[in-house]
Amino acid sequence: MAKDAISAKGDLRLTRLTKSYGDFTAVDDLSLTIPEGSFFALLGPSGCGKTTTLRMIAGLEEPTVGSIHLGTTDITTTKPYQRPINTVFQNYALFPHLTIYENIAFGLRRRGIKDVKEAVDKVLGLVELPHLAQRKPTQLSGGQQQRIALARAIVNRPALLLLDEPLGALDLKLRRQMQIELKWIQKEVGLTFVHVTHDQEEAMTMADTIAVMHEGQIEQMGSPADLYDNPNTAFVANFLGQSNLIKGTISGNDGDSHIVDLFGQKISLPKNRSHAIDNSIYAGIRPEKFRISRLGTPTSGNILSGGHIEDVSYIGVSTQYQVEMPWGQELMVFEQNDDGVAPFSKGEEVNISWEPVFTFALRGDEDATAGSEVNPEELDEE
Amino acid sequence: MRKIRTPYLLLLPGFGFLLTFFILPIINLAQTSTQTPVGGGDTGQYEQTLRFQNYIDAFVENKEQFGRSFLYAIIATILALAIAYPLAYAIAIKGGKLKNFMLVLVVAPFFTSFLLRTVAWKQILGEEGFVVPTLRSLGIISQSTTLTSTSFAVVMGMTYNFLPFMTLPLYASIDRIDPRTLEASGDLYANGFTTFRKVTLPLSMPGVVAGTLLTFIPAAGDYVNAAILGNPNTKMIGNVIESRYFKIVDYPTAAALSFTLMAVILILVTVYVRKAGTEELV
Repeated sequence: MAKDAISAKGDLRLTRLTKSYGDFTAVDDLSLTIPEGSFFALLGPSGCGKTTTLRMIAGLEEPTVGSIHLGTTDITTTKPYQRPINTVFQNYALFPHLTIYENIAFGLRRRGIKDVKEAVDKVLGLVELPHLAQRKPTQLSGGQQQRIALARAIVNRPALLLLDEPLGALDLKLRRQMQIELKWIQKEVGLTFVHVTHDQEEAMTMADTIAVMHEGQIEQMGSPADLYDNPNTAFVANFLGQSNLIKGTISGNDGDSHIVDLFGQKISLPKNRSHAIDNSIYAGIRPEKFRISRLGTPTSGNILSGGHIEDVSYIGVSTQYQVEMPWGQELMVFEQNDDGVAPFSKGEEVNISWEPVFTFALRGDEDATAGSEVNPEELDEE
Repeated sequence: MRKIRTPYLLLLPGFGFLLTFFILPIINLAQTSTQTPVGGGDTGQYEQTLRFQNYIDAFVENKEQFGRSFLYAIIATILALAIAYPLAYAIAIKGGKLKNFMLVLVVAPFFTSFLLRTVAWKQILGEEGFVVPTLRSLGIISQSTTLTSTSFAVVMGMTYNFLPFMTLPLYASIDRIDPRTLEASGDLYANGFTTFRKVTLPLSMPGVVAGTLLTFIPAAGDYVNAAILGNPNTKMIGNVIESRYFKIVDYPTAAALSFTLMAVILILVTVYVRKAGTEELV
C-alpha cells in the first residue's frame, strides 16, 4: 500500500473531506477534483480552511472524515514521506544547517538516489541561482530563498506540488515577477501545482482554475474569467475584485433576458447569468463595465439615470468615481483615461450605462457586503 | 566622548570581580604549586623554590584518581545526555502550554541544597529504599549486592546532580528549531528517525555541546558525590585535592593537581569543540 503510494499519479480527488478541531470545523464536506498537469488555486480569506486543506493533501493533518485519492490510490492515511507530493512552505522552511546544494538534494538522497549532481545543477539553473549552491540559507535574500524552496520541491518531480502562500513574504514588485516565473516553471516542468493564496490577483494571474473557499467550503470554482465575469455569490463577487450590487426585482422576460426593476428603472440581464432562485435579486455590475455620460448625451444598453458625481479620484490609467443614485446608493465606476474627454467633476448630474451582457444576478436574500470587508493584505497568517 | 567611555565603565565591576576572585587567586595558586616545605618548619609552611617536579610527582602519585575522574565524568555526561535529550525534546516540541511549568520542575531540585540531595541518594540506593529490593526480586542484582558506597552510586549521583545543566541548554536549542523544517523533512521523504538524524539532531548540536560541557567540566572536578556516595576506591581527583588542602595541608601538591586538572579539561574541551564544529552551526 505505502509502496504503491509513492509512485501514484493522476488527478487529485478530495471526497467529502472534513476537518474539525473540537467544535470548530475548518474544512466542511469538501469535494474537489484537480486534474493532472493543471495549475490550481485555492483562494480565500484567512481562516477559510484553504491551508488546512493543503496540509491534509500533504499528509501533515489527518482528515476527520473523507478521503484523498491520487489517481486510483487512496492516500488519506499515508504518511507525508510516503506521498509523491512536495510542498513549498510559506516561510520556505529551508534547512539552516545545510548548504543550498544539500537542501535541494535532501529529497533525492532520502529516496536513495546516489548521483544527485545532475538533477540539482539542472534545477538550480531553472531557478537561475547556480552560483549559490555552496551558500547557507541565511546568506540568501527572501526572493532567493523562495526560489530555493521551489527548487527543493520540484527537483523530486512530485506528482503534485503544493504551494502555501509562497509569495506572501516578498515585496510587491518581486511578487509580480515571481508569479510570472512560477507560471512559466509550471509549464516547463509540467507538474500539477496546487497553490493556496489569499491574494485574488495572484490566483488570477497564475491559475488555470480557481476554487474560492469560504468558511470551509468551496463557494465557486472555475477559470479566472468565469469567476470574475459571472460570480455565483456575493462573497465571490466582492472577494474577487469589486462589484456594484443593486437590489432589484425581476419584473418580466424578453427572450433570453430578464427585465429587472431597479428602484423604478428598467434594465435587462441575460438569463444564463442569473443565480437567483426567485424574483428578488441583486443585480451586479463590475465598476469598469459602467460608462458615465452627461445628461442629454445619447447612450445605449442599460441606463440608470439621476446620478450625480459624489467623489473623483484620478489614478493615472483610470479615474474612479463614486456616483450617488436617487435611491441613496453610491456606485463605483472606473473610467479608462483613454478618450480625451475631460473628467467629470464633483456634483455633476450624470447617467450611467453599460452593456446588458455584463450584468449578473445574485440571490436577493444574500448579504451584499459578504467578502468585501476582508482586507487580504492585513491577514497574512492563517 | 562620554558615549565612548560608558561601555568601559560598565565593564569595570566585572573586571574588578574577575581580577579579585579569579586572576589574583590563580596567580597565587601558581606560585604555591612550585613551593617546597621550609626546612625544619611547621606543617603548612612552604617557600618558593620553583620546583616544577611537584607537577610530575603529583600526577604520578594520583593518576588513578585522574583517570577515574574523567571516566566517571564521561559516563555521567553520556547518561545525562541520554536522559536529558528526550526530556528536553518532549518539553520543547510537545510541551504546549505546560512548557514553562515543566521547565520549573526541571529546575525545582535547585531549591534544596546540593548536599542534601546527594545524601538523599544514599537513602534511595540504601537497603531500605525501593531500588535495591526491587532489583533483587527481579534478579538483576544478587541478594548480597549493595548499591551504596559503590562507583555506581557515585556516577548516579553525578548524573542526577548535573542533569538540569544538560537539560536547559538542550531545551533552549531544540525549542529554537522551526517546526516547519521538521515538516519539510517529512515532506521530502524522510521518516521520523531520518528526520531526527538529519535535521533535529544537527540543529540541536549547539545545545548538545553546551550541555555536555556544562556537565562534564564540573563533574570532572567534583568531589561531593564521591565523598558521600562512594568508598575509598572511588576517590576522584577532587577528593584528593580536598584532602591535600584541608587535611594534609599539602598546599603545593593540591595546587599542582588543580592546575593539571584545569589544563587537561581545557585541552579536552578544545578538542571536543573543534570536533563538534559548533562554529559551523547556526
